[in-house]
Amino acid sequence: MIPQRILLRTLMVLAIWVVPISVFSETVSAENVEDPESLTFSQALSGLQNSSLSQRGEALEQLSKLQHPRIILILQALLQGQLFQIRDDGRLVIAEKQKSGYQIQLAQTGEKLGNKESSQLKKLNLTNRLRSQLKVLISRLQLNSEDPSLRLKAVKTLSKRPDQQAYTLLRNLSQTETNHDVRQALQLTFALQDLKSADKSRRLQALESLKHLDSVDAMNQVKRLTDNDSDGSYLEPDDDVRKLAKSVLTKIESRRQFYSSIETIFFGLSLGAVLVLASIGLAITFGVMGVINMAHGELMMLGAYTTYVMQQIMPNHLGLSLLLSIPAAFLVSGLVGIAIERGIIRFLYGRPLETLLATFGVSLFLQQTVRSVFSPLNRSVSTPEWMSGSLQINDFLSFTWNRFYILVFCLLVFSLLLLILKRTRLGLEVRAVTQNRNMAKAMGIPTDRVDAMTFGLGSGIAGVAGVALSQITNVGPNLGQSYIVDCFMVVVFGGVGNLWGTLVAGFSLGIANKFLEPYAGAVLAKILVLVFIILFIQKRPRGLFPQKGRAAEA
Amino acid sequence: MTNYIDKLKNMAVFSTLILMLGVNAVSHAEETIKVGILHSLSGTMAISETTLKDTMLMLIDEQNKKGGVLGKKLEAVVVDPASNWPLFAEKARQLLTKDKVSAIFGCWTSVSRKSVLPVIEELNGILFYPVQYEGEESSKNVFYTGAAPNQQAIPAIDYLMNDIKTERWVLAGTDYVYPRTTNKILEAYLLSKGVDKKDIMINYTPFGHSDWQSIVAEIKKFGSTGKKTAVVSTINGDANIPFYKELGNQGMSAEDIPVVAFSVGEEELSGMDTKPLVGHMAAWNYFMSVDTTKNAAFIKQWHNYIKDPKRVTNDPMEAHYIGFNMWIKAVEKAGTTDADAVQKAMIGIKFPNLTGGTAQMLPNHHISKPVLIGEIQEDGQFVTVWQTNTLVKGDAWSDYLPESKPIIADWTPPINCGNYNTVTKKCSGQKY
Repeated sequence: MIPQRILLRTLMVLAIWVVPISVFSETVSAENVEDPESLTFSQALSGLQNSSLSQRGEALEQLSKLQHPRIILILQALLQGQLFQIRDDGRLVIAEKQKSGYQIQLAQTGEKLGNKESSQLKKLNLTNRLRSQLKVLISRLQLNSEDPSLRLKAVKTLSKRPDQQAYTLLRNLSQTETNHDVRQALQLTFALQDLKSADKSRRLQALESLKHLDSVDAMNQVKRLTDNDSDGSYLEPDDDVRKLAKSVLTKIESRRQFYSSIETIFFGLSLGAVLVLASIGLAITFGVMGVINMAHGELMMLGAYTTYVMQQIMPNHLGLSLLLSIPAAFLVSGLVGIAIERGIIRFLYGRPLETLLATFGVSLFLQQTVRSVFSPLNRSVSTPEWMSGSLQINDFLSFTWNRFYILVFCLLVFSLLLLILKRTRLGLEVRAVTQNRNMAKAMGIPTDRVDAMTFGLGSGIAGVAGVALSQITNVGPNLGQSYIVDCFMVVVFGGVGNLWGTLVAGFSLGIANKFLEPYAGAVLAKILVLVFIILFIQKRPRGLFPQKGRAAEA
Repeated sequence: MTNYIDKLKNMAVFSTLILMLGVNAVSHAEETIKVGILHSLSGTMAISETTLKDTMLMLIDEQNKKGGVLGKKLEAVVVDPASNWPLFAEKARQLLTKDKVSAIFGCWTSVSRKSVLPVIEELNGILFYPVQYEGEESSKNVFYTGAAPNQQAIPAIDYLMNDIKTERWVLAGTDYVYPRTTNKILEAYLLSKGVDKKDIMINYTPFGHSDWQSIVAEIKKFGSTGKKTAVVSTINGDANIPFYKELGNQGMSAEDIPVVAFSVGEEELSGMDTKPLVGHMAAWNYFMSVDTTKNAAFIKQWHNYIKDPKRVTNDPMEAHYIGFNMWIKAVEKAGTTDADAVQKAMIGIKFPNLTGGTAQMLPNHHISKPVLIGEIQEDGQFVTVWQTNTLVKGDAWSDYLPESKPIIADWTPPINCGNYNTVTKKCSGQKY
């Protein structure tokens, strides 16, 4: 019994000792016997890191020909601008941006090398030519990826300007592909290839399959079949094919027309949303209180700068900082608004001209303050990932995300404001004061306080609008100026004192502008809209939705 | 009470002292040479022009450390025309009559230059204008150190046509004189190169245009015919950010439809979120990223002066650098700051560019420059992808517009004219 136990123990002890040693010896031997493939991989990498901009394309081609699991990582890092060279020793690293400096790993092996300052790294630059070459190279490698969305992207990139190699790769893929979307993309590519085939029946068949596709490439290729060349003879010799091509083309073009009018409506709505957001604060201060506030634009500017400051405070949480900017901007602009009201405007109630001059002065003051504090240069405000890019319905129709969010945001702000005015005590008091100040006073409403609160509310909304504007335009001292005229236009057009009027006016002006723009050009469209408003105000001086009843007479 | 009177007395003594000091300063000032700086420090153009004021102060400071010029120190007189065009003329008059400056460095927009022109010609001053502009002008009193259209726009078109193989062209600009004239020249140039009229789309937008949705959609449609399309942008200032943002959001990448801009430089990029701009291009005569020892020294000097290592340098700064140093050389050559003598001495003066090569002041008051085309990188800098082999001489009157083709500018005898018609052999009555 006992010897057996001892034997077992010795065996175990031996096992504990021997196993790691054997593993160790294995790694050693792997390092000693360099296999030729990894050698060429490191050669190709050093070729890449030593290449000048003009040689880089060749180096990339060399690298992508090799079989190595890290190649795709390296190419992607290069495309995203994450491939760097360490200045001291010239080693190639993949770097990820951290709070301060970069976290780096060796490109060749993936070995983590800790953090480095940006001054110690030198980025590998790219030009457009290299970028499109890289995209093709990556796509070739990604054709066999597990993820069907990556395969789809790869197929689309390769079919943009397909060469013989791309066709072979795509044909190979089509034999194994099971995903529906990818199959469809492949079919489109092959159909486009068939359009150029010498066989008439194949051309006809390809045309048939393209009939229902919303694709720009398809449209261009089909259009080619109907075109004349420079001598006046048709590019497509066969009558039947040409006839079919014409009917397919009309079908595709009419669908394109349809989508483009949907797109125009969306453009109009989103322009309208910006106008409504910008002017809704003014609708309160000007419409409800009757104060001509020329500094309204600057209150928006303050909101935009608040967004900038929030991003500076938390540079690594773009989305969160943007969301937090909304209440912050409301507070900042609202407080400045209250200060303006308490400090200047309350002494000038009932004297519109003086109010106008005083608030114009305030606007200049605010602009120059911002110039002195933040410098006269524009500030860069980044857009979070989820707000950039667009929702692609098909080749002819897409909705940009930032506009889409602003449209939603505008409607949210509007309903919230409506709720405040209709359902809260402040709203009730505001309406009472605007309808009959003296009577409200007699009923014990502190009109002074209500005035300040109302002005603060209007200004705060302006600040919130500034947050939205920071996502689509410059954040600079002149931001307010460029919107103030539009704001007054919308409020006056909609009818002073009516929030619904502002909403309708904003959206209709936006849509009108966007429908005019393609015909008249941006400059003339704007002029036409202004002329229309001047004529409209002549006819109906109180705007679209004038206030009725006793309140209107006051 | 006595305390109060004492205080008053003190104040009186103090103010007399200050007055005396002031008088003293004035008497000292007579021994300096005054240089006027006419750049907006407030208003819409402050965004671009403030930097140029700082550049000039740095250059003057540097020159004074070297002992000034003609044994005298230089003194900067800074005025603020506040982005207000008529005020530019007023301030120029003030600089020439009241402050009696020997030269003015200033203006940014063409409107401001046109506003200053009559004043500076009437009072026979000297103006150095550092910004790229539309050409079609040459005044005896102005030295144009920025690029003429043939030093920026035309080479950019050549690059797009020959290297990128562009077939369809979008000329997009802000609606004012510089883009209108430039696009007129470019259109004529493209047509002369055999581009079909239907392959050119021209689009103008108002100043500060911020809603680019439909225009970008139109460009996208225009560029989707399968032929290579490029956008040549003379869009000015603040309208650029929303434009590039919209391009990015609508999925137009620089590889598909590149945009070449003439008004977007390092300074403008520093205020932008550069992500949607990567790969788009700009044509200039100077990039901060150009690797020469002169440029490195200039950047270092700028950072030391402005005490902010993050500030960038740009093309108009180089133009002022060249203009100022040429003026110093001309004053030394003439031995006086007298306007006529300096104007005569200026022509033929040479000074090295920061990017290599030597700039020379030509008889038409423009200078020779290299032309660089760069692609925007994520850090807001440019990578030079193309440059001219030799320096390009500035041409005041474009050869591609029928009405200005026979016209030349030559401020040396016997022509001595900024608007000389080589066919009729007549100098137009117009001075500029």
